[in-house]
Amino acid sequence: MTAPVLSIKGLTKAYPGVVANSDVSFEVMKGEVHALLGENGAGKSTLVKMIYGLVKPDHGTMIFQGKAYAPAEPRAARAAGVAMVFQHFSLFDALNVAENIALGMEHPPRLADLAGRIREVSETYGLPLDPFRTVGDLSAGERQRVEIIRCLLQDPRLLIMDEPTSVLTPQEVEILFQTLRKLTAEGVAILYISHKLEEIRTLCDTATILRLGKKVATCTPADTTARALAEMMVGTVLHTPERSGRALGDVALELSGLSVRSPSAFGCSLKDISLEVRQGEVLGLGGVAGNGQDELLGALSGELRSGPDMVKMHGRAVGMLGPMERRRIGLLCAPEERLGHAAAPDMSLTENAMLTGSLRERLERRGFLDWGRARGFAEAIIQRFDVRTPGPGNAARSLSGGNLQKFVIGREVMQRPEVLVVNQPTWGVDASAAAAIRQALLDLAAGGTAVVVISQDLDELMEIADRFGALNEGRLSRIRPTSELNIEEIGLMMGGAHDMEVAHV
Amino acid sequence: MLKLEKRPQPSKAWVWLAPVVAVIATMIAGGALFALLGKDPLVAIRTIFWDPLFSEFAFFYRPQLLVKGAPLVLIAIGLSLGFRAGIWNIGAEGQYIVGALCGAGVGLAFYPMEGWFIFPLMVMAGALGGWAWAMIPAVLKVKFGTNEILVSLMLVYVAEQLLASMALGLMKNPEGFGFPGSRNLQQYPSAHNAELIAGSGMHWGVVAAMVAVIFAYVLMTRHILGFHIRLTGEAPRAARFAGVNPGRLVLICLGLAGALAGLAGMFEVSGPAGRVSIDFNVGYGFTAIIVAFLGRLHPLGILMAGLLMALTYIGGEIAQSRLGLPAAAIQMFQGMLLFFLLAVDVMTNYRLRLTWREVA
Repeated sequence: MTAPVLSIKGLTKAYPGVVANSDVSFEVMKGEVHALLGENGAGKSTLVKMIYGLVKPDHGTMIFQGKAYAPAEPRAARAAGVAMVFQHFSLFDALNVAENIALGMEHPPRLADLAGRIREVSETYGLPLDPFRTVGDLSAGERQRVEIIRCLLQDPRLLIMDEPTSVLTPQEVEILFQTLRKLTAEGVAILYISHKLEEIRTLCDTATILRLGKKVATCTPADTTARALAEMMVGTVLHTPERSGRALGDVALELSGLSVRSPSAFGCSLKDISLEVRQGEVLGLGGVAGNGQDELLGALSGELRSGPDMVKMHGRAVGMLGPMERRRIGLLCAPEERLGHAAAPDMSLTENAMLTGSLRERLERRGFLDWGRARGFAEAIIQRFDVRTPGPGNAARSLSGGNLQKFVIGREVMQRPEVLVVNQPTWGVDASAAAAIRQALLDLAAGGTAVVVISQDLDELMEIADRFGALNEGRLSRIRPTSELNIEEIGLMMGGAHDMEVAHV
Repeated sequence: MLKLEKRPQPSKAWVWLAPVVAVIATMIAGGALFALLGKDPLVAIRTIFWDPLFSEFAFFYRPQLLVKGAPLVLIAIGLSLGFRAGIWNIGAEGQYIVGALCGAGVGLAFYPMEGWFIFPLMVMAGALGGWAWAMIPAVLKVKFGTNEILVSLMLVYVAEQLLASMALGLMKNPEGFGFPGSRNLQQYPSAHNAELIAGSGMHWGVVAAMVAVIFAYVLMTRHILGFHIRLTGEAPRAARFAGVNPGRLVLICLGLAGALAGLAGMFEVSGPAGRVSIDFNVGYGFTAIIVAFLGRLHPLGILMAGLLMALTYIGGEIAQSRLGLPAAAIQMFQGMLLFFLLAVDVMTNYRLRLTWREVA
């Protein structure tokens, strides 16, 4: 545990207009799990890309296992013993596990031999995986195992993991942690990037915290609190969203027996979903990614039509209506994917304000557009939600993820919805922006709006939701008040075992 | 080492600079091509770009600019609407032919009757014919998900066969001594798309092209339909989220493009061409694709690009007769323009950076 596997000295990388990393130095010891913490845009990705050979540092040196290390490309990094599991998987849905792994290898062995090795590695590290299953049929957790095994086959000395738990149920997280502990016991060092502070406190031996490209601290996470870690990341004192007591009104949104086929071959169709949300209530829907979240949002926004009575607003059947008509009666949505779904990347913020605001903000009169008003609306969103941008004329893609998220959530919130449905409202958003978005959702509920939050961040749901349900393979679990739930039970609901649990009682 | 680097947002300057650079690059490469053919490149370029406007015989060529430019602009405006939305109508040539056939057909059906209502009826028939021909790929795409590029392109060849059959059969001039081709509409006052001002080249097609430019400009910048067209092209998923019905958009865009191409064909057959003949179409429908892109899919850009392309048509003809340049060389010259434009277009989203390999 004493020798550093990787030591970084004074790494600096500047892009036009922004310094991503400035003079960052730290060491990763043999056999430790080292957390890399920071808000979005703090420079974690750039740093990791430099270690993995995707980006070349402007200044600074790295020493890996006692030798000078300057990988020109990922291949060189892998040859030296550095492996990386990315947040977004690079797998082909239509191929099986072994074929996918073979595609990433420079000299793939025969498929049968490879399958044998995959079995061997998966058993050694407690990651059960059948090499001949088609990847399209695997859950997100199983897909991640494919990526991890792909890395382990290279016998790495340093394993980099970028937000590995964002797609896992609590039980799957526990399995992953056991695997990682096994690896560290063998002397592998792990560089672990995450936003989830409690997780880092249980798993990681050391944490390096970055803010605005600079290292601000190295500490032992177990000795500090999650709140203290967060405040080091943000550099200010954090406000926890406040919930004021609110009275629930009538049922605003009602789904009864909602079943919709997914338009994509590897999507997840919705099966017999029923729920009610009252005015002033926040309903949280959890679940592992790919279990029908996108489809549910589509069925509510009007992108996917259903039987008229399956979706009701204030008792009125709206399942057959399209997005425009639903906006007219106050059912607004904010999808998960910011670029390309919630916003058009190359269009300006003014045009993106027009995208959903044309009707309710009266930016359009008999088909003719009022760009002056649209600009005003965009400016109002930018101001109220503290969106950092030079102005509404800038393209959506020029904004950072967190800022664009504030814009797309703000755009719907400012239209005074009767019912607001958001999917992953704070995904990839830094802590202070996330707090602002959650506060805005709670304020909206306090004003009598029915809010549905679909999210994979359980801490978020526990913080803002009044009641909680989980999506599993397109079905919805029983919905229960959050106050009577603990993380263990939520995990069971997400895994689809809620029926068994009921049977026990 | 040269490196391409993605710009944080598209460069506004390059959007308009790219066509200019492309024209210059085409002149250089085209000049080299002409030199290889044994012609003086400077004379060839001057003959194409300068002589039609400012030479001794320019009074004869200048009206031609409008005559050739109008169908190009009219068709390109229609195509640009679809192109903006990612709907690729490559078959404007076919829609142009069918529009001409329908327009001429109505005119010929009334022959020799005279009446003010005949020409308007022909205009409507031309637009409807082009629209109907474009509806074939549109409906197939919406109903069965076929590729509109292939279907619309293949229908061009069907339309050409239809044209030949009409010129040789149904629409053949009964007083034409057995030669293929219809009666000359220029000699039938009620159906003649005559010059509005003698010697100017200005006919109703030119008026229609100007109206189309203004209509498209207002549609794209001020109207929700134009906004939805652009949104669909930029981000189809975001467009569906906004409430755009993609099938409806395909029908509207292809239908408008077909109607405008049909109009162009009708104005041509009843005016400058005069009659339905086997070789009536001269590739306006394909050249309009170049015009649309050269004009940045922007109505005003298309207007300028259409006139520029008309210039290369006229200049190309002069170069053919005076310098003996082959017709294929002129077509290549026009093709190069699109090629260079697409290449230079990279600069809109990327910038070039000179980097020196660092000493490791």
